[in-house]
Amino acid sequence: MDLYEYQARDMFEKHGVPVLPGIVAETPAEARAAAEQLGGVVVVKAQVKVGGRGKAGGVKVAKTPEEAEAHAEAILGMDIKGHTVHKVMIAAGAAIAEEFYFSVLLDRAERRYLAMCSVEGGMEIEQLAVERPDALARVAVDPIVGIDRAKAEEIVDTAGFPAELREAVIDAIEKLWLVYKDEDATLVEVNPLVRTEDGSIIALDGKVTIDENAAFRHPDHAALEDKAAADPLEAKAKHMNLNYVKLDGSVGIIGNGAGLVMSTLDVVAYAGEQFGGQKPANFLDIGGGASAEVMANGLDVILHDPQVKSVFVNVFGGITSCVAVADGIVGALESLGDKATKPLVVRLDGNAVEDGRAILAHAAHPLVTIVETMDGAAAKAAELAAAAE
Amino acid sequence: MAIFLTAESKVIVQGMTGSEGMKHTQRMLASGTTVVGGVNPRKAGAEVEFPGDVLVPVYGTVAEAMEATGADVSVLFVPPPFTKAAVMEAVDAGMPLVVIITEGVPVADTAEFFAYAQSKGTRLIGPNCPGLITPGASNVGITPANITGPGKIGLVSKSGTLTYQMMFELRDLGFSTCVGIGGDPIVGTTHIDCLEAFENDPDTAAIVMIGEIGGDAEERAAAYIQEHVTKPVVGYVAGFEAPEGKTMGHAGAIVSGSVGTAMAKKEALEAAGVKVGTTPSETARLMREILTGS
Repeated sequence: MDLYEYQARDMFEKHGVPVLPGIVAETPAEARAAAEQLGGVVVVKAQVKVGGRGKAGGVKVAKTPEEAEAHAEAILGMDIKGHTVHKVMIAAGAAIAEEFYFSVLLDRAERRYLAMCSVEGGMEIEQLAVERPDALARVAVDPIVGIDRAKAEEIVDTAGFPAELREAVIDAIEKLWLVYKDEDATLVEVNPLVRTEDGSIIALDGKVTIDENAAFRHPDHAALEDKAAADPLEAKAKHMNLNYVKLDGSVGIIGNGAGLVMSTLDVVAYAGEQFGGQKPANFLDIGGGASAEVMANGLDVILHDPQVKSVFVNVFGGITSCVAVADGIVGALESLGDKATKPLVVRLDGNAVEDGRAILAHAAHPLVTIVETMDGAAAKAAELAAAAE
Repeated sequence: MAIFLTAESKVIVQGMTGSEGMKHTQRMLASGTTVVGGVNPRKAGAEVEFPGDVLVPVYGTVAEAMEATGADVSVLFVPPPFTKAAVMEAVDAGMPLVVIITEGVPVADTAEFFAYAQSKGTRLIGPNCPGLITPGASNVGITPANITGPGKIGLVSKSGTLTYQMMFELRDLGFSTCVGIGGDPIVGTTHIDCLEAFENDPDTAAIVMIGEIGGDAEERAAAYIQEHVTKPVVGYVAGFEAPEGKTMGHAGAIVSGSVGTAMAKKEALEAAGVKVGTTPSETARLMREILTGS
């Protein structure tokens, strides 16, 4: 889960990373009150989980609380690369003398962590990495040792910080490592890390991604989740413990196992080319060993998506029994009664396939078509979706 | 022969006495796996009875189980909060192969126990994987054993159900070993590790490699194939329809910017001379052509 800047700022502060005061606001009036509380020059910053907000006009300096209110009025509700701004952060102003860069992240390829640091901040790091690779220090971090004092020194010296800043930057990096380690982050990025005119080192803007698999040891992380921004169907599915992602197409998809479901989306889009470009409407993985109830819940979520014109249930029973899948389909259709109007194409293979198909054949529901192969079923589902348009 | 797992492999189960552990130990026994023990410090000395009058002893530690049975594979059905300690224990005991089925392990834990295992010479497979099967010889994990039998195809995949689908499509030809390496951002055994092992395995004639979006493991595997693999490889990549920034079920299956797209992976594999199927069925057809000429 990616955090908002204000959430990252709070997390930095909690672990002793030097940051400027910042207050989050959801209305222009709150923005004005925050500016009054902070005093002096403030910066009004759009809170969106996407880069490039400065260029989009989402960051404005305000000299007075009235100005902060006016900027907040303009920024709240703004669309930045498809993300609507619901919150702004009112941050204390700073006299910036120099900008630097620091990040620590998961290095999937090397299966350890990587720290990146540069004395040339203020630009996108991808751009710096391409244009001036020598200016970006890349230091491997052993997951068992982490960033201790010696590693922080290595990072700072490889990046080439001047002697008078060395201690302050080392200290900041050691504390940023605490954020990474203690919060189970997979990314902690500070861009820019700045030297102010009075000589302080400050983390001015931060990006943090936390590992949702570690939620069991971070009960406080649940509060970081942005429930308002979630798609309502995604929220409903999450509540039912279903792994669901909403997409834009017309063919609802249910399958078991992340890989098979991803593959099902592709096969449907491929088959859909023959039928006016039908596309998958969602990703939904009912997981291993799914019960009839889980199957019925999945169908319930998908049938509530008004964009869905047909549904493709694609299950290869490993642990999951095709009997449970068939029972789930029949049960869900029974409880929906006349409200079930969308055609279902079902492809079952694997564990208890004959019994599962027999249950569907016996129920003989007019909306259900059984197709034996994955490619054939995908084509049928796309055809039915096209016919319903 | 096969890779990593043979009929001689002696398997212990960490977490055998839990509900998942019991269910899958029973399935492994039924598919012919030599399960020689379970580990649970609170139930040491007990014996667990499985259908067919099979009694499996429970040991207090992995070290005791290895000492008593000569086990050389451990498979873990341990919940995420306890997975790291369980892997560390197996590595400390000197277990050569540890297969971690558990889904939902924090990646920081995996990074740590992987680094530790590597320093001690233990091979890890997983986490968040179905395990591996050498059909007709041994089955460690949760792969259904009745899909297909022994044959000449080696298979490596991030995904469980796609593995089963591919085994099913090619069930008449059979497999040497099928390895599900798992869908997490860090996995103990990679595509490349499996490609290398299959290349060196006389029982494997051709390889199916199944990838998915996220990371650059498939691109690296493509470079490895070009350089080191002489056996024919057929590929499949899932996730063309996945939007950027959304995790598709597996913790590692996420497209970030231009990194990790299915198209980039397909192109890298094709550039390395790998035939890539558009659907699982077409992938199976490509493999069939290579092995049977039809």
